[in-house]
Amino acid sequence: MGNLIRSKRFWLIAPAVLYIGFFMAVPLGQMAYVSILERGDYGAVNWGVFSFDAYASFLFERDLMDNLMFNTDYLQIFARSFGLSAMTMVFALVLGFPTAFYISMQPQARRNFLIFLVTIPFWTNILVRNYAWMLLLRNGGLIDNGLAWLGYESGGLDILYTPYAVSIGLTYTYLPFMVLPIYASLEKLDHRLIEAAFDLGADKWRAMTRVILPLAAPGIAAGCILVFIPCLGAYVTPELLGGGKFMMIANLIGSQFGAARNWPFGAALGFVLLAFVLLSMMIYAMKFKSLPEEKL
Amino acid sequence: MSDIVVSARSVSKIFGNGPEQVRALDDVSVDICQNEFFTMLGPSGCGKTTLLRLIGGFEQATSGDILLEGQVLNDLPPYKRPINTVFQSYALFPHLTVRQNITFGLEMKGMPRREANGRADEMLDLVQLAPYGDRMPSQLSGGQQQRIALARALAPAPRVLLLDEPLSALDLKLRKEMQIELKRLQTETGITFVFVTHDQEEALAMSDRIAVMQAGKILQIGSPRDIYESPTHRFVADFIGESNFLHGEVRQTDGGAAVLTLAGGREIALAAMPVSGPRDNVTISIRPERLALYARNDQKDGLTGTIRDIVYFGTDTTYHIDLGPSGTDARLTVRVQNREGEGREFERGAQVGVTVPVDAIRVLAD
Amino acid sequence: MKIDTSNPLWRFRGITPMAMFFFAYLYLPILVLIVLSFNENRLATIWTGFSTDWYRVALSNDDMLRAAKNSLVIAVSATVIATTAATLAALGMARQRFRGETGVAAMLVLPLLVPEIVTAIATLLFFVAIGVQLGLISVIAAHTVFCIPFAYLPIRARLDGMDPALAEAANDLYANEWQAFRRVTFPLLWPGIMSGAMLSFIISLDDFVISYFVGGAGATTLPIYIFGMIRMGITPEVNAVSALMLIISIVFVSISFLIDRIRY
Repeated sequence: MGNLIRSKRFWLIAPAVLYIGFFMAVPLGQMAYVSILERGDYGAVNWGVFSFDAYASFLFERDLMDNLMFNTDYLQIFARSFGLSAMTMVFALVLGFPTAFYISMQPQARRNFLIFLVTIPFWTNILVRNYAWMLLLRNGGLIDNGLAWLGYESGGLDILYTPYAVSIGLTYTYLPFMVLPIYASLEKLDHRLIEAAFDLGADKWRAMTRVILPLAAPGIAAGCILVFIPCLGAYVTPELLGGGKFMMIANLIGSQFGAARNWPFGAALGFVLLAFVLLSMMIYAMKFKSLPEEKL
Repeated sequence: MSDIVVSARSVSKIFGNGPEQVRALDDVSVDICQNEFFTMLGPSGCGKTTLLRLIGGFEQATSGDILLEGQVLNDLPPYKRPINTVFQSYALFPHLTVRQNITFGLEMKGMPRREANGRADEMLDLVQLAPYGDRMPSQLSGGQQQRIALARALAPAPRVLLLDEPLSALDLKLRKEMQIELKRLQTETGITFVFVTHDQEEALAMSDRIAVMQAGKILQIGSPRDIYESPTHRFVADFIGESNFLHGEVRQTDGGAAVLTLAGGREIALAAMPVSGPRDNVTISIRPERLALYARNDQKDGLTGTIRDIVYFGTDTTYHIDLGPSGTDARLTVRVQNREGEGREFERGAQVGVTVPVDAIRVLAD
Repeated sequence: MKIDTSNPLWRFRGITPMAMFFFAYLYLPILVLIVLSFNENRLATIWTGFSTDWYRVALSNDDMLRAAKNSLVIAVSATVIATTAATLAALGMARQRFRGETGVAAMLVLPLLVPEIVTAIATLLFFVAIGVQLGLISVIAAHTVFCIPFAYLPIRARLDGMDPALAEAANDLYANEWQAFRRVTFPLLWPGIMSGAMLSFIISLDDFVISYFVGGAGATTLPIYIFGMIRMGITPEVNAVSALMLIISIVFVSISFLIDRIRY
């Protein structure tokens, strides 16, 4: 330990690590702790009074007679979140893989530019991105007008504030996370392997399914995780494009700190979400010996 | 070749700890003299670069001392040693011009800028790149970058110049040119050069003395001629040039002469009894070009064998000979220079005799 | 892959149209938003003519300017703190490996792994528990956390791409540790630091979820203000403000990428 304190590297690394430790690791630990505390009468929590009510309330609700009743409301929100996230992941993969493959086949300078184009939306404000879709999807918006011009009834789109709108918005928001890791693994792919497949009698379809796809598997897996996980925790898109009517986990969590004032339940939900994230990271790390984020 | 400039005294260097420990240098001692072109030669991982980095001050020895002109340097950081290095990657500062690269060391030593610039011009002249002072390193070819790295390291007039495989990134033709150039610079500046390479030809062509290293130890130190013609270890004979190795027992004949008896019972006369006296398990080495072939026509004494393979190399032809019945491991390689009208007199499968000049045989230490 | 795309061998059916659709999908909303922000009509989505009036309306909205100022103060503070810490950390992490390095590296990117909503509520609970008043300071503290990895990664990448012999060469040429850092390492690292700082800046400027939860009443940032406006309805003023935010982000990212491409 004495050695450590005296080493220059320790002092260089310490500020960042201690900062993240204090403002992130400690709060996350504390969140886990709050999740097993009793809910206070006027919001907040009863510190030091333990209770598993928060976890029980996933499935059960106390009625007026203080009996536990089976309640599927929250289960539905979880199911919707997982369903929408899975759907988004599939959409993103269907769009993202061909795009990544296309980019990987371009000349170097063009490739860098296209990858830059893929990343730009990520750096723009998430509200603005979702707002742009509100402009497109609303009745009387661009797409609705376009359909009207084609002879459909104007105002008949009725897609904004539905799960479809949420799914479109989620796909839009997280698409870059699918393309980048897949591109990273395709870019490293030795094209002579594909030529070897052709040489050995594989047609294009089989070269794709037997050589290219398996070799891009780590990238595809990373992409799927990097889309699925943030989708599961999406807050803004369901709020704006779902109109607040189609809650996902994050909105449920958020509402516990707003109107519902049930902090232990919010903390428990947050902890479950976090556990799920860390679990999928660990599974990926065990299989591919790296973190999905390293593919970005 | 009298005054010693750099010495290593029983230097060991261990990297890592616990089970991952690597002993990069194992009790190495060497003296490098004033004005010498000294080469450390060996395969990668033999410890030659480690020794160079210890002299440069980039690593600290685990035990032993590094001395410069009799003074122990051990804890002196690189920036306090009057020793400069030409790095394998050249390590030219990419954000500085060629001239700024050369004046860097001079300015750090406190030389006024004007004087430093004058010195830089001298150095640019020395490496024949006078017009390139204002270029950026990235605008130079590999060979030019190499010369600038030299100029930069020579500018502060170090006591010793360390060169870490500086030619390895160049193509063959440029490498040959730079070998001559390096030798010229060393003679002109009179600075001691300590050169690290794994290329035996390079070492033979440039060095005053060579230290052949293997597995963290120096096996042999000597002039290029010594190293090539009188290798003391099998590794040295094998690593530098090509060699034939024969194993057997050394015995004294009734007449008092020393003889090596091979496994098959054949005998090879030695010039003298090795210092260690008669013993089993002796290895000798013979350079292929020192052997000669003759058509076998009788049961004369000496080595005979069958030609297994003939490889034509342009300047010479190599014959691979099986000694005695095929299947025994005794084999020889004979290299014959191709001269007008000669050659092609032996065919594959032919029975030949091999002449072994007595002075071509080296008895190895291990 | 390095291939000749004009060779029909490398034409896979459907790939190009799919990629074209992808880029259209990615940029159509952005283009539509920017175009509509110049629409003179009160109804935000019906085009009647070019006008910059809505920008003028937006830029003279005092509440919004106050929010923008908050955002700027937060982003600049978080960027300065995060970039400094990240630069030091990158210098410490580069080169030789050490025991526990994997753990330290994981800690440095932890803020990227945790879902935003979880970070937001955990930080909120933490501040409430230790009695920190919610406001600008709490938001700056929270933003700094997730800015650190965004600054750290480009700086670290640059250091890793740097020939370790350069610093040694400086030492060899009589520069002590500090001189070697100031004259060689820092000038070469500078584009990475700038690029990291700019990424931190936009990521902080754009953040909504975390500011929303740990901001409290005193720290309304521009995204929080915009969120409020969007909730009220789609108006041409929101179009203008959104387009502005979009353009600022795109400009910053582009500059950051250009700086990061500086090679000597």
